[in-house]
Parts: sequence; C-alpha cells; structure tokens
Amino acid sequence: MTHAEKTVAALKEKFGDVIEQVIHFRGETSVGVRPEGVIEVLRFLKESPDLRYTFLANLTAFDDWPEEPRFNVIYQLREMSLPADFRVQVRVHGDAPELPTATGVYLNANWHEREVYDMFGLTFTGHPDLRRILMPSDWQGHPLRKDYPLGYEEVEFTFNFKEIEKKKPYAKE
Amino acid sequence: MGLEQKLGNMGVVTTTLETAINWGRTNAMWPMLFGLACCAIEMISTVMPQNDLSRFGMELMRASPRQSDLMIVAGRVSRKMAPVLRRLYDQMPDPKWVIAMGDCASCGGIFNNYAIVQGVDEVVPVDVYVAGCPPRPEALLYGILTLHEKVKRETMKDWA
Repeated sequence: MTHAEKTVAALKEKFGDVIEQVIHFRGETSVGVRPEGVIEVLRFLKESPDLRYTFLANLTAFDDWPEEPRFNVIYQLREMSLPADFRVQVRVHGDAPELPTATGVYLNANWHEREVYDMFGLTFTGHPDLRRILMPSDWQGHPLRKDYPLGYEEVEFTFNFKEIEKKKPYAKE
Repeated sequence: MGLEQKLGNMGVVTTTLETAINWGRTNAMWPMLFGLACCAIEMISTVMPQNDLSRFGMELMRASPRQSDLMIVAGRVSRKMAPVLRRLYDQMPDPKWVIAMGDCASCGGIFNNYAIVQGVDEVVPVDVYVAGCPPRPEALLYGILTLHEKVKRETMKDWA
C-alpha cells in the first residue's frame, strides 16, 4: 500500500461526502474536493500524524472555459520524509469564483493565492492581503482566463505598413 | 598657404567646435546596462575581451542612469517594466541616445501579446535598432558604430 493509497483511504473514511472523485494518472494520484470542504481536507492532510503532507509545493489553477465549473484550483502537497506527492483539485464555478483561503493552513499559500487571483480573478475569502502580484496594480481583467483577449497587435508588412504606422504610439522626446 | 599645411611645425590642429565635441562624445560614450532578457548575455559578451567594446571608448557599463548617456535596451520590455524604463531614461543627463537591441526591443519580436510592449519606441525615442534574436556581439558593435556615425553628424542646431 503506497502512501497515496493510504491517503485516499483515510480521506474517504473521514470526508466521504466532500470527495468528488479520485484520479489516477501515470502513477500520480489526485483527489477532487468540493469547494466548501477544501480547507478541512488540507488541514487534515497536513496535521494527521500518518500522512504528514507538511509542504505546499504549489498552488495553481487552470481554466476550462466554456465548460462549467470552469476553474480548477490545484494544491500540490508533499510529504518530505518519504517523499510522496499528492494533489488536491477543486472545481470552482465561474458565477461566483470564490474559495476560502488556505493561508491558515499553509503560510506560503499567501503569494500563490495572490497569483491565482491576479491571473484568474478567483477571490480567496479571508486572505490577509489579496492584491495583484504579477500584473501592474491598475491592470484591467485577468489575463490567464480563456476568454481574455490576447492583446494582439497587427504585424507590419509592406502592404499594411502605412496604416499601422499611423496608429503606432511613438514616444516623444 | 593654408594653416593646415603647416600643422607639423605648429603643433596645432584646427577644427570646428561641433567636430571636437562630437569626437569627444563618440569616444567616451558611457552605456547604461538595461539587460532584460537573453540579449543581455550578448551585450555582456560584447564587453568581454574577445569583442572588447572598450576599443571604442566604452570601458564599462554603468548601472546608474545619472552616469550614462547611452541606453542599450537589451530584451523584451513588459508593460510593467515600461514605466521604469521611461523613468530611467528621464534620469539620464542630456545628451542621451537609445539603442533598441534585438527584435523584442525593436518591434515586440515573437511576443505579440498583452504583456509585452510592441517595440520600445512606444516608450522612449530610439536612435538605432539592432536586428537579431538575439543579435551577435558583432551586430551590437555595428549598431554602436552606426550610432557613432549619427552622433558625429550632429550639429549645433540640433543641440539648441
């Protein structure tokens, strides 16, 4: 029985109704968790003396737009002594993109959640300092959303050189 | 007999003020390093002994805008970096010149998206564009020498 299997068994026993699905892919195990139970699950994984996932290696997200629930937040946990990796995945609906913050469990979730907020517009309720971390503070929108425009500028060729040149905002002295 | 033909005896050179000043400016140009991406590596190797930028009076790159008169923008400028770039340019004392090194600084290069400024000429006035991704040290040297040619053509009317 591997450490991941042990983790899944313990989670199913304690949080049976919160666990949505268990995914095995290429020897890695992920557990889908409902948004309302994610903090309890993380706290259990960290503080249980049998599991000991003491390190939040990564916290990130991806966008499944136009499917709903579109946002998937991923908590990548690590057990340092074996070592063993484990993944907790939460699907968040696009209508109210909100999650409780994990900073109370893992302190380093602070900047990771700021990045997810910056890139996807997910609000982490209870976060101590939810500001943009990568984009300028006056930026409009959240760039890693799939429905965010790419901000593409038309490429200059010989045939359209003049009309693009007119629009190009050259700097003055 | 003109004065020029007596030069050897007199130990005097006559020239115009513009030529003398431009001669001084081209041969003691102090570049500010503005390495933002992979072009910075090529800029560094331009200063290293094999290419030896100090042959042209550019002994060392200054990290301070107040001590420099040439800004070499080496790499892509993100929208977050653009205000910083402009501020550093404004801090440089006159006369000052800008070289956009590489495709990204010249026109955005391969990064045609929301995060990257499409050419640093949207932020600061550029004198010389150096093409390449990244340009070899020889290309940057050629760009700097091209700038020298440009500086040598400057007249008093331009400074006023």
